[in-house]
This record gives sequence, structure tokens and C-alpha cells, in this order.
Amino acid sequence: MSESNLMMHHYLAKYLRQERMPHIWCEGCGNGILLNCFLQAINELNVDLNKIVVVSGIGCIGRVSGYINVDSFHTTHGRAIAFATGVKLANPELEVVVISGDGDLFAIGGNHFIHAARRNVDIKVICANNFNYGMTGGQYGPTTPLDAWTTTTPYGNIEHPFNLAHLAAAAGAVYVARWTSLHVRRLKASIIKALQKEGFSFIEMISPCPEIFDRYNKMGTAVDVMKWFRLVSQVRHGCDPAKAEITENEILVGEFVDIEKPSYGRLLREMTSRVQDKLKREES
Amino acid sequence: MRMEIRLAGFGGQGIIRSGLILSMAACIYSDKNAVQTQSYGPESRGGSCKSEVVISEGDIDFPKVDDPDIVMLMSQEAYHKYVNTAKKNGTVLVDPHMVQDRNDPPNLKIYDVPATKIAKDIGKVIVANVVMLGALTAITKIVTPEALKNAVLRNIPKGSEDLNTAAFEQGYAYGSELVRKQGKTEP
Amino acid sequence: MVDESRAVLTGTHFMSGDLACAEGALAAGCQFFGGYPITPATEISERMSRRLVEVGGVFVQMEDEIGSIAAVIGASYAGKKAMTATSGPGFSLMQENIGLAVMTETPLVIVNIMRGGPSTGQPTMPGQQDVMQARWGSHGDYEIIALAPSSVQEMFNLTIECFNLAETYRVPVILLADEIIGHMWERVKIPPAEEINVVSRKKPKTPTAEYQPFKPDKDLVPPMACFGEGYRFHATGLTHDEKGAPETVSAEVQTELVKRLADKIRKNAEKIVKAQRVMLEDADVAVIAYGIPSRAALSAVREARKKGIKAGLLRLVTIWPFPQELVSDVAKQVKAIVVPEMNYGQLVREVERAAKTTPVILLSKLGEEPHRPSEIIEAMRRAVK
Ligand SMILES: Cc1ncc(C[n+]2csc(CCOP(=O)(O)OP(=O)(O)O)c2C)c(N)n1
Ligand SMILES: [Mg+2]
Repeated sequence: MSESNLMMHHYLAKYLRQERMPHIWCEGCGNGILLNCFLQAINELNVDLNKIVVVSGIGCIGRVSGYINVDSFHTTHGRAIAFATGVKLANPELEVVVISGDGDLFAIGGNHFIHAARRNVDIKVICANNFNYGMTGGQYGPTTPLDAWTTTTPYGNIEHPFNLAHLAAAAGAVYVARWTSLHVRRLKASIIKALQKEGFSFIEMISPCPEIFDRYNKMGTAVDVMKWFRLVSQVRHGCDPAKAEITENEILVGEFVDIEKPSYGRLLREMTSRVQDKLKREES
Repeated sequence: MRMEIRLAGFGGQGIIRSGLILSMAACIYSDKNAVQTQSYGPESRGGSCKSEVVISEGDIDFPKVDDPDIVMLMSQEAYHKYVNTAKKNGTVLVDPHMVQDRNDPPNLKIYDVPATKIAKDIGKVIVANVVMLGALTAITKIVTPEALKNAVLRNIPKGSEDLNTAAFEQGYAYGSELVRKQGKTEP
Repeated sequence: MVDESRAVLTGTHFMSGDLACAEGALAAGCQFFGGYPITPATEISERMSRRLVEVGGVFVQMEDEIGSIAAVIGASYAGKKAMTATSGPGFSLMQENIGLAVMTETPLVIVNIMRGGPSTGQPTMPGQQDVMQARWGSHGDYEIIALAPSSVQEMFNLTIECFNLAETYRVPVILLADEIIGHMWERVKIPPAEEINVVSRKKPKTPTAEYQPFKPDKDLVPPMACFGEGYRFHATGLTHDEKGAPETVSAEVQTELVKRLADKIRKNAEKIVKAQRVMLEDADVAVIAYGIPSRAALSAVREARKKGIKAGLLRLVTIWPFPQELVSDVAKQVKAIVVPEMNYGQLVREVERAAKTTPVILLSKLGEEPHRPSEIIEAMRRAVK
């Protein structure tokens, strides 16, 4: 079968905007894996494709919204969550998913992230963390490890990275999970779970960046990086996210947070009925 | 006829609220046109604060006060800044307890209304502005006492009706007494 | 639950400009407000936080103005009429996503109650210093619509007009008011709901599979599908073709898109532009004003006539697109034009361009007090001497 034939017959093909293929991502990049897991999740859940919206920011992974054949929006850099907040509150029937990068969500968009988590807006945020700004050619960002080499840390990185899972948990997310691009089945399972959960959910996927970050830091090929993921990652469900710092020797993965809390939308609707009922009573 | 009124004091005295009450009395309860504009500093309490009201039977093009017919002053700073802005033969109401350092210019009809003291005697200093408005109504007749009373009642929290009505009545009585003593001013 | 019966407060009210703006928005069918408090626009947020809940809409106080306008764009794409309100510092933060709204053709309304700048400036004082920022504030080439109210009644009427223009042309529309108008209290008449002209979004008629989100009709405006309606479309801030697919290298696509985004306003400018002509028929000297100075100007023109000066006023209600033709016509007739502005000279530049050889005199005012009628009369007297 030719390549294009293969694509047309793949069981996930119907979820893609095939006319937009090939995608822009490098060989070995984790973004395709994330997209694949996401499509598998919506396939398994049999999600109504007319009622799901995918929102992304700017960056390599930011292009993902253009590839998925559902309502989708590619915002400006960092604003995906704020945009998604507007969508979800304006039409609570919609399932709203943000897929974006570490730089987009946690540097320029960091403020929107923590406040959406605090409000517990009912949106799902999936981050492809490749430890750098891939799209602009490999500058350091909020998750770049100490000492790493990037094009703007030519003497090594002297900034301490965020532990994204800890940040999300501290800001109030009701569901927090971390996986690497090696953990495809578990990542898919987490996406399924998040989609079924009410409230602000956050999933981090640690991603290889073979052409840029990994190459600059002499981490070998994409396969070498996947091997490294296998070597150092340990599944630790329920682990205190504060203790889940990512180091060269250890990447703790798993579901760190899974709690219940009323979402912003629910509280808003309850308040609205209360106020409207009171008005009606006063009028009659 | 176009009438311009300037009310000034400091934040927390209800100066802007007074301007609103007066302009509502004219606009809603007297079938005239009225505009209220205001100016205040960044702080909500203590800073200097000014409210301007224009009342007219006709359209009000320019909404700001340029040459005020009536000036009401409730603080020392307001007195220094604005006593000279009243137009010739204009009416000026001063709360003498708030303004001790005085240098009253000639050619003005100046009325001292101890509103803060009267308000304190009634029970609450915060109604000093309503006392002042009562006196202003009696002295200038710019709106009827009924119109002003209605506007007061519309602008106060529930439960404070008696207090505010008393403040208005006492201010009105004090103003009427001043007019008897000093002669009244034409609106 | 959406309850439109409470949206229109029919009757005569005594209100501030900010409150009238909020009521105008509700009367226009606004169902979403995202904002961040800032003097002198806070009262709009406060009113909306109470009233939107009554009518079953959504009020959300975002973490900043960037988030506010981003959420408003999202709400608009989710099918709701949406707005935000701010002042200079917040307006600066919004510029990025005003560009996104232009690029993604998002109907929405931004209210800017202008205060004194630059920077934090004078929060409680009036200004008209954001006129050029409203026009050119976001990067790239685009046209924008901005209206300048000069009374509390117009805060109500023009807010509705902003929503109507936003929906008609699929654009962000700016209500550019100043602190005096925002905080001024005046009489407002709110008509019965059925007498208010409310424009709704042009929806696609094509089958969902054939829908192209950025393919324009003859009026250059594409019909707008919203999320959840089954069209499954993509929108992006990148340059895109009619299908919405990013096209980041083609000069043709860039040219076509940028021109259309501007032309849908340029070519409809005559329909959009509104201005009021007062005593201009035989005027020797004209005042061209907008916002609060136009009130003093009106008074000045009437007074000047009494003093034998043949004065007239062109009051601009629409300031962007700039009413080029109307100003040119006035310039051809009069000996001089006086432009009072509460800034150090902004819209006067456009007036000069349109006036060609007719002398244009700027009356600049900064800080608390707006122009007095007497100052404008004096300027007119000097101009025609
Ligand atoms: C306001 C703004 N600043 C900077 C940029 C340039 N820029 C584009 S993508 C990007 C970084 C993206 O990094 P990340 O979110 O980690 O995504 P990745 O490319 O690594 O997938 C930057 C800085 C931009 N588009 N907009
Ligand atoms: Mg990245």
C-alpha cells in the first residue's frame, strides 16, 4: 500500500485533516505520539466530534489544532487557555481541550494556566514538554534543566526549571498526570480519564526533541532518548508532585492528583439559578 | 435657565452622592435636564473631591461647570480652591466647622451651615451632606424640597430613611432660618 | 438559563455613561463579559457582573486584559455576543489579541474609557490619548471601527451600534469614550426591546462539509459558523486561505487576505461612518470634535453665532474609519478648522490630511478640565480674523 493509501485506511484517519498532511514535525519528535494518543482516546470514548474543540497556542506542538478534524483554534502565543476559558464558559456543552507547549503554557501563558487551574474551569490541558522552545530554534524556557545548552544559554542554563506537575497541583488542578512519549497506553488512558472528569485537568507528556534540544545536549537519537525514558522513568501513582522533580537519573510518572471539586461552570450555573429564582419570587 | 452648582469636600463626605441626589431631584423629580460630573483623586477616602451639577430647562450642551451660580464647600481645601470660583453675587454654602481659615471674598452671598455639627447631633456625621442639601434647597430653591427628599430616599441604604429625612428637614429648617436672617437668593 | 426578558430596562433613567454602556450591551444581546478592573471603566464590569447573571449570561473576571480579550474571542467563537471594557493600560495589553480578532474575523466589542496617559498616567482624569492606538495599536495592516460617544444616551446607543457593526462586518469594534462621559450622569431613554435594532450574525447556508470559514460573500464578509454547530472548521492567527489552512509563505494568499480584511471596512466606510453636522451650511469656520470636547464645541458654536461669527460644528461619531469625505467637504467651504482634543494632537493629523490647504488649529487639553466653550469661541475668532 502506498503511503497515502495507508493514511486513508488507518482507523484514526477520519480524525485528521488529511489535506493538511504532512505535518511540520521532525522525525522522532514526540508530538505525533501525543496526537496519536489523543485521537485514540477520542476514538475509544466515541466523543461527538461536533462537540469537541481543540485549542492550541504557538509553537511546534501548537500546530496540532490544525491537524485534528474537529472545531479548532490556533491562538496567539500563550493565550490558548484564556481563549478556551471563554469557549467553555460561553458554551458548556462543548468539550474543550488545550494542547500546547512548555513555553507557550508556562512562560508567556503561565499566568493564564495558574488562574484557570485555580478557577477550576472545566478544560483539559495537555502539554508537550520538550524542555525548550522548539519552533524558534531551541532557546531555553521554563522547563529547561539547569546547565542545559540551548541557543540562548551558550554557557549553560542558570535558571531552575518548573516542575509542571507540582505547579498544576498547587494551582488547584483536579487531575494531574505525567507520562513520557514512551508511555503511550498510559497516556491515552490518562487522556480518557481527564476527558471524563469535571474540572481543570492537566497532563504533561515529556517529549523528545531530537533535531534541536536533544542534539544540542548530545542526548543521541530519538531512539536513544526513548531508551533513556525507559531507564529513568518510574511509575509512582499518587506520589506527592512536589517530590517529582525531573532529573537526569529519575523521571517520576503517573497520576499524581485525582480529586473532586466543583468546576467554575457548575458554580456559575448554580449561582445563576439561585439569582434568577429569587428574581422570579420577588416579581410574583 | 442654566444653573451651575459646584460641590466640594473630601472623599468619604458623600460629595459625589450629593451631586447625584441634586441632579436626580432635577432630572427625575422636577422634569428638568441635569448632568452630574465629578472629579476625585485615586483614593476613595480622604482625597479632595468635587462634584459638578448643571441644571437647565433646555438642552445641556456643555456638561461641566464653568461659572458656578452655587458653590457648596465642606472642607478647608475645598474652600481655598473654590470659594473664588463662584460667580459674582453667587451663593456659597460653607460648613464653618470644616473650614476654620476664612477669607471670604466680597460680592458673594455666603451662608454658614454647620452641617457636620447638626449631623453629629442627629446621630451620624455621614449625613452632613444631606443636611447641607436641605439648607441648599431652602436657600436657593433650585429644586422643590419634595423633589430633593425623593432623590435622597432613592440614594440611601434601606433602613436609613428616618436618619436621612431628619437630616434633610433640619438642614432645610436651618437654611430657611438663614434666609429669614440674611435674605434669600434668586435661583 | 438565558432569560432575555430582563435584558432591556425599558424606561427613562438617570445613569452614568459606564452604566448606560453596560445596559446598551445587554440590549444588544451581549451574553459574555470578560474583563479586568480598571478606573474609569470598572463600573461597567461591576454592572455586568450583576446584570449578566440575571439574564443568564456569563461574567468572568480574568487575570489580566490579555486573558480578558482572549476569553472574549473564545466566547464569540462559541456563538455568544461578547465584550470587554478597559482603559489605557489594559487597552495596551489587549493589542495583541485585537490583532487576533481582526485576523480571525471575530465579532466583539472593546470599550475603552480613556484616562490620562502615557503609562499609569492619571487614572481618574479624562483623556483622548488612545485615538491613534485604537487605529494602529496592533501590528500588521488592518482597518478598525471605533465610535466616540459624547453623551450618556450615546453610551447606550453606540454600544448597541458597536455590536451591530461587529456582527455585520465580523470585526472587533471599539467604543472609545473618555472618563468624563464614563462617569457623567445624565438622562437615558431605553426604548422597548422591539424598537431596538439588533443585528445577528450571518450564518453559513452551505452544507457543513462544504463550508469554508474564510470564504467571503460579495460584501467581503464570510458567513460565520461557530463551535459545536457541526462545521468542524479551523481558525488561526497565521495567514490562512479560505479554508482556514495556514499559508505562511504564499505572497498571493497574504495579499488577498490582508486586502480583504481592510477592504471590508474601507469599501463599506460610507455605510459605517456617522457624524452630526450643526450649522455648517453657511459657516466660515468649523469646529471638528468628538467625545467630550464636542459638547463644549456645540455650546461654543451656538454662542459664536450670537456674536456674529458664522461658526459650525462637525461632530464625529465614527472616528475610525476616519470620515475623510465629510471633513474634506467642510474644509472646502470654511476658512479655518478648529480641532479641540484632550490629547497633544492625534485626530487633528487626520483632519489636516483631509483639509489639504485649509488651516487647521489644534486646541490641545491635557488633564482634568475639558475645553470650555469660551476657549473654543476665542480660537474661532482668531481663526477667522
Ligand atoms: C508574542 C510572541 N513571542 C514570541 C513568539 C515566537 N515563538 C514562537 S513559538 C515560541 C516558543 C514555543 O515553545 P513551546 O511552547 O515550548 O513549543 P515547541 O515549539 O517547543 O513545541 C516562540 C517564543 C511568538 N510567536 N509570539
Ligand atoms: Mg517546547
